[in-house]
Amino acid sequence: MNDGFWTFLIILGQCLAVMIAVLISLAFLLYMDRKVWAAVQLRKGPNVVGPFGLLQSFADFLKFVMKEIVIPAGADRTVFLLAPMLTFVLASIAWVAIPFAEGWVISDMNVGILYLFAISSLGVYGVIMGGWAGNSKYPFLGGLRSAAQMVSYEVSIGFVIVCVLLMVGSLNLSDIVHAQAGAGVLSWFFLKQPVMFIVFFISALAETNRPPFDLPEAESELVAGYQVEYSSTPYLLFMIGEYMNIVMMCALTTILFLGGWLSPIGVGHGLFWFVLKVVFCFFMFAMVKAIVPRYRYDQLMRLGWKVFLPLSLAFVVLTAGWMKIFDIQPWAYTEKAHEMGRGAMIIEAPAATKTEDS
Amino acid sequence: MATDWARAGWYFAMMDFVSGFRVGMKYFFKPKATINYPYEKGPQSPRFRGEHALRRYPNGEERCIACKLCEAICPAQAIHIDAEPREDGSRRTTRYDIDMTKCIYCGFCQEACPVDAIVEGPNFEFATETREELFYNKEKLLDNGDRWEGVIARNLELDAAYR
Amino acid sequence: MQAIAFYLFSTVAVIAGTLVVFAKNPVHSVLWLILAFFSTAGLFVLMGAEFLAMLLMIIYVGAVAVLFLFVVMMLDIDFAELRGSVAQYLPLGLAIGVVLMVELTVGFAAWTGLERDAIEASAVYGTTNAHALGAVVYTKYVYAFQAAGLILLVAMIGAIVLTLRTREGVRKQDVWAQMQRDPKTAVELKDVRPGQSL
Repeated sequence: MNDGFWTFLIILGQCLAVMIAVLISLAFLLYMDRKVWAAVQLRKGPNVVGPFGLLQSFADFLKFVMKEIVIPAGADRTVFLLAPMLTFVLASIAWVAIPFAEGWVISDMNVGILYLFAISSLGVYGVIMGGWAGNSKYPFLGGLRSAAQMVSYEVSIGFVIVCVLLMVGSLNLSDIVHAQAGAGVLSWFFLKQPVMFIVFFISALAETNRPPFDLPEAESELVAGYQVEYSSTPYLLFMIGEYMNIVMMCALTTILFLGGWLSPIGVGHGLFWFVLKVVFCFFMFAMVKAIVPRYRYDQLMRLGWKVFLPLSLAFVVLTAGWMKIFDIQPWAYTEKAHEMGRGAMIIEAPAATKTEDS
Repeated sequence: MATDWARAGWYFAMMDFVSGFRVGMKYFFKPKATINYPYEKGPQSPRFRGEHALRRYPNGEERCIACKLCEAICPAQAIHIDAEPREDGSRRTTRYDIDMTKCIYCGFCQEACPVDAIVEGPNFEFATETREELFYNKEKLLDNGDRWEGVIARNLELDAAYR
Repeated sequence: MQAIAFYLFSTVAVIAGTLVVFAKNPVHSVLWLILAFFSTAGLFVLMGAEFLAMLLMIIYVGAVAVLFLFVVMMLDIDFAELRGSVAQYLPLGLAIGVVLMVELTVGFAAWTGLERDAIEASAVYGTTNAHALGAVVYTKYVYAFQAAGLILLVAMIGAIVLTLRTREGVRKQDVWAQMQRDPKTAVELKDVRPGQSL
């Protein structure tokens, strides 16, 4: 009992540490986001609060918290307030499965990638509930758009993940990173699966409602989409949740394609490289927002269903066929994996005799 | 139309995005166009039409002779003037109100003024916390005139050649 | 600890399931349904079937229930009328419930606990659930698995065939043709002198 209590405390501490670290880095990533757009548009961006405006996000945080919460008269109060909380909670619980460095993971679960996939597909509920509960037209349209968009792009994300899993042979996120160890940058998956890397990146943009796929909150047509009726802390939760999802997708891209915590030059702590890669991905997210115009809704659907789905499906077949023809074992079945104690065995089918005679 | 495979390859490799990215990065490192507003300000034309002011002659006598031309020409009907002869018999205003919430800063009043009394000065930072503060009266306008006289006089002189 | 978790998840699942039926607002019904799915996924995790739990979350909660919600939100339902007709359908609903209950009881009574290849395999070989499941599904049950896939494919194609309608005279955007356009062939530059026509 005492032992269990300590384990519980340690896990709680780890969760708190990760939460605080993620939230604080989120503040600076938000700042970076704004600075990048500003730089591309020949502006200076936030530069007043703190040195170089570094504390801008904290000022914004305070502003949101101090404001009054407005609930529209016709709104469904419970669902209206539940939606932002759901978004925030779902965005934050995803981080338990992310390996920040070798062994630096709260829950090294062996269905890690599926867990992240499930959590990111749940993210749509915050949006759709928030859109519906406001009892207002623009948020509702935003919610519907978001639902259709996220469901569409999950399909291609799923196939991209399958492509990677074929090469790894394990659903564990640490295993996926271990499988990319070896010849430095050359053995990272973005070189082995360049097309899938791009498809994943673009689908991640769509999945997190980032420009050029920010139709659920397209300010030129839907004002702010599902966030129209929100103010103060609920809005803040929505925004933090959204950005957490974006950073989570950056982390997932890093783990799946950019070698996670692995160092390209062989030195440096894993955490440093992991954060560096995540920041790089985030920079790309910000640059895409700065330079790419918004898609029209039918173009978005066309891209998801008519381009990415066949492409990723073809690559699943190609990857599997390639590995079969050249007899390449997934990483988890190689000797290296077994040496690390992370390998899997090829299981013979259980004998049919035992079960069928009863 | 025959399929142009070179173009298809171009699109597949997302070269449009790559060239867009290159342009983005080019601007990323360019010197920024933003000025640090409260501390730095952009250049201002002598013809700039900002906050109104009523000017005085160098001897301290107010210029306005209450001809009401500005009131007549004002397209937004923001100006209201009452006039009475003063003790010394000269015609002067008793009230000169400008509703700054109505004013559209067209500059017709200063064009109409025969004695250069009402002018739109160079000041554009006169935001207030209440509406009432934007209903300017004669006192406020004369005060503005005294405060900005140096700049206003110089601007009028610079612009005189073109009028 | 496990017992607490089990009772927590199962209580939530049962309560949520009841509220799916009794919630006055159909959108709330779907939201309760999602909670029920969620706690069922929790129960799966407790049974050591984490792969199934995640699939339940991804497929049912992440995709199917979203579409439910989508449809229910778009429906124009008169709540008062809906509430009035509950009594009318109660006998039918109860009958179906009883039939389901009986079927489940019979099923569990006949269940010997031996048909658990996947869990058994993972216990025996000490691998993960997903590996064991794959080993069973792609060998012993490969035909059943493929048949299930085919049925889903047929259902999908059927849905498309039933709902697809082609209208005459609709001008659609042909993205590929647009991308193929080349300024060299599409635009002709002419030097027009002042005072002259083409």
